[in-house]
Amino acid sequence: MATSPSTYKVDDPEYKLTPEMQTKIDELVSKFPEKNSALMPALYIIQDEFGWIPPAAISQLAEILDTTPNKIYSVVTFYTMYNEKPVGKYHIQVCRNVSCSLMGAKHIVDHLSEKLNIQPGETTEDKKYTLSLVECLGACGSAPVMMINDTYYENLTVKKVDNILESLQ
Amino acid sequence: MIEEKKVLTRHVGVAGMGKIDNYKNVGGYKALEIALTKDPDELVDEVKKSFLRGRGGAGFPTGFKWAFLPKEKNKPYYLICNADEGEPGTFKDRQIMEHDPHLLVEGMIIAGYALRADLGFIYIRGEFKWIADILEKAIADAKEANLLGKNIGGSGYDFDIIVMRGAGAYVCGEETALIESIEGKPGCPRMKPPFPANVGLYDCPTIVNNVETLAALPYIMEHGAEEYKKMGAFQAAGTKLYGISGHVKKPGVYEYPLGTNLRELIEQAAGGVKDGKKLKAVIPGGLSAPVVKGDEIDFDLDFDACLKAGTMLGSGGVIVMDEDTSIPEVAMTQINFFVHESCGQCTPCREGLGKIQQIMKNMLTGKGKVGDLETILKLTRTISGTTLCPLGDAGAKAIEAMINKFRHEFESLVN
Ligand SMILES: Cc1cc2nc3c(=O)[nH]c(=O)nc-3n(C[C@H](O)[C@H](O)[C@H](O)COP(=O)(O)O)c2cc1C
Ligand code: SF4
Ligand code: FES
Repeated sequence: MATSPSTYKVDDPEYKLTPEMQTKIDELVSKFPEKNSALMPALYIIQDEFGWIPPAAISQLAEILDTTPNKIYSVVTFYTMYNEKPVGKYHIQVCRNVSCSLMGAKHIVDHLSEKLNIQPGETTEDKKYTLSLVECLGACGSAPVMMINDTYYENLTVKKVDNILESLQ
Repeated sequence: MIEEKKVLTRHVGVAGMGKIDNYKNVGGYKALEIALTKDPDELVDEVKKSFLRGRGGAGFPTGFKWAFLPKEKNKPYYLICNADEGEPGTFKDRQIMEHDPHLLVEGMIIAGYALRADLGFIYIRGEFKWIADILEKAIADAKEANLLGKNIGGSGYDFDIIVMRGAGAYVCGEETALIESIEGKPGCPRMKPPFPANVGLYDCPTIVNNVETLAALPYIMEHGAEEYKKMGAFQAAGTKLYGISGHVKKPGVYEYPLGTNLRELIEQAAGGVKDGKKLKAVIPGGLSAPVVKGDEIDFDLDFDACLKAGTMLGSGGVIVMDEDTSIPEVAMTQINFFVHESCGQCTPCREGLGKIQQIMKNMLTGKGKVGDLETILKLTRTISGTTLCPLGDAGAKAIEAMINKFRHEFESLVN
């Protein structure tokens, strides 16, 4: 598997869009008044399949949407939710904004960091976990909050984090 | 005692509101039925009369914004629901979308009809994936029931709604950045004018309204502007969802009339500061709102009273800080946020906020020097009023308030 930018190939067969993905993207294109609007949802289809946005997928998407890979890159890099490189099986995103900080987000991050033995921004060697710090998740009333893949975990305590990690084993 | 008024949250706690039949059983879609019997212009007038003001942050009178759409229609019109909910301290719109999705859908159809809009969008923050699914389901069910799609309820009006997820950029809550984002571009705010009502999505006339604004429409249609105006404050009618977070006993979202006293809200709705601590500071309207000191909170939470108190109502996200809170640390988190979220297209925001971030970082790591505070304040004054969108400006003003109100805490870092 390609893991470092220098080894990415734009025509990597590993990242060929499947016929199902093609169909879903075609549906998107027909849903919007203008084709370009299908870009962001199409990137989610790619990320759901591969876990990140591989350059090879960008080239294929550019053809489908009649645009240039460069334009797609500018979108992928602007928005934080598109992963520009592979992430672990479980992407843990902890809110670092004010309400969560007031309620002890730092303890949660330190605990995760220690337990997984990685710093924020890093992925464990077994590719199982990626730890990230993110801005407000819109759940400030139940701070501290984190997201693992698409699921929210709120009112966190160190004990709760341990239980959650265990449930992921 | 302040009195809770449940208009927008009238169904919260009623199980199964996601199902269209349950929503109809409690009177849902009756307001739409009423609206469809009227002339669209009549509806715009009713909303004008109701004095409903936008709940997305700026408080612009909704009916007046709607009236900016060109009278002569020769292009498609679009309605966008702003569900980006990105302002830190804000978690209110999700209450409606998660627990009562049809209330929003009904509000959007009413607005769509009033505006003669051809298509609606709900632009929801990317992280709320499960809520986007709830909305998709509600829209599909409404379509099935002929409340969306062609010839809605036999009225001859066609309208549909598309849900679109953002992807983690706060600035996309700004309406023109949001439009860029729907067009599949990076979310860089556009120069105004032209305003979206003239040149918006796909260069067509477009109205952008917040979730909470649109969700107020069914009540106004059903009960009339006069009834709606009975709640709230002068020139700020209706109820508001206040989200309270931080050091309080009972954080959460509470619905009270606009103009509810901030101190009473914190003490009565949220149970006051937790663990018997004293109140130190409050940010009353999301992280973009200037901070106020703990002994300055005796003012009403409506648009004008907040301005008078030197802050703003913003999104109504109230962040409460107790006596043990380090204000410089909060300010650091705040500036980190604004720098991270700046789209980078104007220099004062990109460079100015970045410079402030650097100085503050030095201060907090023991490398501060005399004069740092003056430099920061000079920068905030330079940034204010020189940015293309309100993000840079808000960041500068918020930091300025932190320093002005708690100067001694910052000074102790540089001496
Ligand atoms: C940086 C920035 C972020 C914003 N974020 C949001 C948001 O998350 N939700 C929202 O409804 N409005 C947000 N707004 C305000 C919108 O630009 C716009 O005024 C609002 O959606 C209009 O709806 P309303 O008239 O119903 O308030 C933001 C504005 C700025 C400058
Ligand atoms: S103020 Fe900041 S966020 Fe707004 S347009 Fe300028 S650089 Fe972008
Ligand atoms: S500050 Fe953490 S969810 Fe809002």
